[in-house]
Amino acid sequence: MKLRYFAWVRERVGRAEEEIALPVDIATVAGLVSWLKTRGEEYAAAFEHENVVRAAIDRVHVKPDATIAGAREIAFFPPMTGG
Amino acid sequence: MAVRLQADTFDTGAEISRLTAGRTDAGAVVTFTGLCRADGETGAISAMTLEHFPGMAEEELDRLEAEARTRWPLLDCLIVHRYGRLVPGDPIVLVVTLSAHREAAFAAANFLMDYLKTTAPFWKKEENAEGAQWVDAKQSDETARRQWR
Repeated sequence: MKLRYFAWVRERVGRAEEEIALPVDIATVAGLVSWLKTRGEEYAAAFEHENVVRAAIDRVHVKPDATIAGAREIAFFPPMTGG
Repeated sequence: MAVRLQADTFDTGAEISRLTAGRTDAGAVVTFTGLCRADGETGAISAMTLEHFPGMAEEELDRLEAEARTRWPLLDCLIVHRYGRLVPGDPIVLVVTLSAHREAAFAAANFLMDYLKTTAPFWKKEENAEGAQWVDAKQSDETARRQWR
């Protein structure tokens, strides 16, 4: 599965994207975030305020309880500030 | 029906002319142009960089346009959003709506901007005296979006 990061989430993680082999017991976006936070300080810093970071599965906004089964790409980013 | 993302600037007048050329059914054209302010969200700024999520940004704006068209009788609609480095005075975003009567064009342009601000994947990083700082999302923008539900 491909993970992508944008804006300050990208800066804190230290990369724009990566391929990961997901543990089979992770079912939701929130579960994925919890697991990512155990992977190192950079992830812990990026997801320090879990409720702030937004997610999109295959380019569509999703909530933390969204199931990740079948997802090709999951993106994490801060609240948007365009316009 | 059109959504465009670009690094280059845009010409609001030329976009209006192109959209209205040859039409006789449009009684109203509303445009909103968002500009880069020197008095930024993080203080006095010299520039800003707009990061975006290529692919998703276009798709999200397409979804917003489709939603606007279900709510109002629009004859045409254009959203242009820039990315990359901009300086104060530069245009950032353009929304143009065409309808037979002004109410639909005004309302749709307002709706598109309120949604775009909070759901289109763009992020501003401002350059000020202290360096570069990401802009925080504003609660007022979220409140403005929620009024449409």
